[in-house]
Amino acid sequence: MSVIADDTIRIVHVEKARGYWANVGRRLMRDKVAVACAAILILIVLAAILAPWLGLADPYQGSMIRRLRPIGTPRYILGTDELGRDMFARLIYGGRLSLFIGLAPVLLAFVIGTTLGVVAGYVGGLVNQAIMRTVDVFYAFPSVLLAIAISGALGAGIVNSLVSLTIVFIPPIVRVAESVTTSVRTLDFVDAARASGAGALTIMRVHVLGNVLGPIFVYSTSLISVCMILAAGLSFLGLGTKPPEPEWGLMLNTLRTAIYVNPWVAALPGAMIFVVSICFNLLSDGMRSAMDVRD
Amino acid sequence: MIFYVLKRLVLVIPVVLAVAVVCFLLVHITPGDPLVAVLPPDASAELAAQLRKAYGFDRPLPVQFGLWVWKALHGDLGTSIATGRAVLDEVSRAVGNTVTLAIFAAMLGFVSGGTFGFLAGYFRDRWIDRAVTTIAIAGVSMPHYWLGMVLVIVFSVMLGWLPAVGAGPGGWAWDWAHFRHMILPAVTMSVIPMGIVTRTVRALVGDLLSQEFVLALRAKGLSEQRIFVHVVKNTAPTAIAVMGLQLGYLLGGSILIETVFSWPGTGFLLNSAIFQRDLPLLQGTILVLALFFVVLNLLVDVVQAAIDPRIKRS
Repeated sequence: MSVIADDTIRIVHVEKARGYWANVGRRLMRDKVAVACAAILILIVLAAILAPWLGLADPYQGSMIRRLRPIGTPRYILGTDELGRDMFARLIYGGRLSLFIGLAPVLLAFVIGTTLGVVAGYVGGLVNQAIMRTVDVFYAFPSVLLAIAISGALGAGIVNSLVSLTIVFIPPIVRVAESVTTSVRTLDFVDAARASGAGALTIMRVHVLGNVLGPIFVYSTSLISVCMILAAGLSFLGLGTKPPEPEWGLMLNTLRTAIYVNPWVAALPGAMIFVVSICFNLLSDGMRSAMDVRD
Repeated sequence: MIFYVLKRLVLVIPVVLAVAVVCFLLVHITPGDPLVAVLPPDASAELAAQLRKAYGFDRPLPVQFGLWVWKALHGDLGTSIATGRAVLDEVSRAVGNTVTLAIFAAMLGFVSGGTFGFLAGYFRDRWIDRAVTTIAIAGVSMPHYWLGMVLVIVFSVMLGWLPAVGAGPGGWAWDWAHFRHMILPAVTMSVIPMGIVTRTVRALVGDLLSQEFVLALRAKGLSEQRIFVHVVKNTAPTAIAVMGLQLGYLLGGSILIETVFSWPGTGFLLNSAIFQRDLPLLQGTILVLALFFVVLNLLVDVVQAAIDPRIKRS
């Protein structure tokens, strides 16, 4: 008898030690593609953060006599740009702004969108109508057009493009958050919490948020790659970063005239955007299947 | 069916109104006065006041909005600050080019995406599925403006086969001289819808084939071709919805591609409007593109309801 009892206790203990997120992490670690993508992303992010300490060339220092050197030139592994600046250094430094304007809008939209969506889904009624109908308005515009319209009207600049991208990504997150919250709201444990006297805020924070955050998070990560492309696109159009700041989209724009002289150097910044965006996409796919326990 | 169409038409009215409000406010979220852009910095206060009155910016916002909508309903979207021409003329000249390009790109993307999706869905977890999934994920992760540049590098700079910029001599015509200008931008544009349609169709076909009714069809000895017809019929409504949305995105999101290829469409117009701070032109172009999007969504809903009776009932 006592042996069985011991076993039961041990099993319960083991299950408790592995929480939901630990399980997700374990499943994710088994996904080779996702792990590879995460490694590439971590490498790029670390390089961007540590750029000043990596002993790179000065990304702002140009030279008239060594403009548009091809890839593989000694001392300039990836060549030089249209003003003779070291491409390798500019690509690494470029990650700072490019990653920031690609990630920040999704993060902001995640916070704002989740809040609005959970409130709309939990409170329901008029509040829900007000929030969801406002969100619907933004669905009347194609997202790229909306981002360009808002940043075009606000004028060029990083802050303006951050604002416009955040506005573009809030509505889809609100929709997802609202629909998962509505499905959780009617479950028994929420009723039980309410019956035990918990306030609306406490229920939302403790019982609802814990159950809806996962799906909303995964959905939001799938937006990162779109945001990277769009943010760099705004800079490419001249609506985001201003020269001489290294940023992939802007670099692609200023190097456009160089495609007849040194095409492959001109294409490099776009390759960075592509690699980062595809890694985020694959990582997001990996997370989706890792978190979907019923799958 | 007629009742459903009428109901959808009524539902479009608030959407159009909301679109108008957003487009109108677009000009008014700009820091300072919309006239700041055209006024020289040393302009006198009287001149500023005069211009403000001429453009109607001195009236209260709701009145301005009402007037703007009233004029827009009569086909007057104001005059471009930069060129002095009517905004509607400018937009209607450009919109044809954008629509031609978008439709061509959409056909490319939908046909390839549909084919890929079906192949991957039928041969789930085989090498062909893996190859297609890789192509699709590359498609949706592609910064398409960069792909445009790479294609120009390969096919214009290195091989010299196709022109790098422009839409060909004069207006649009169905001949090789014009068509060759469209190939690169259309292929570039088709990549994202290709990826998305592939993923959608793959998921739909995969789900469908694992359902019991397909097993029943097989069990009663139906040929693979006939089963294929069933699969197509069942995937069509959702696939069409996704495709319609993608066509709308192509119309609205063409600005980046049009900039890369100097394609004389609405994107090009938007670009010049933004950098010359030509707010009436910006507002008008966006309004027209958004209305296109609304109409397209309406069409998709109607087509969907026509082929899938379940939608009408809900």
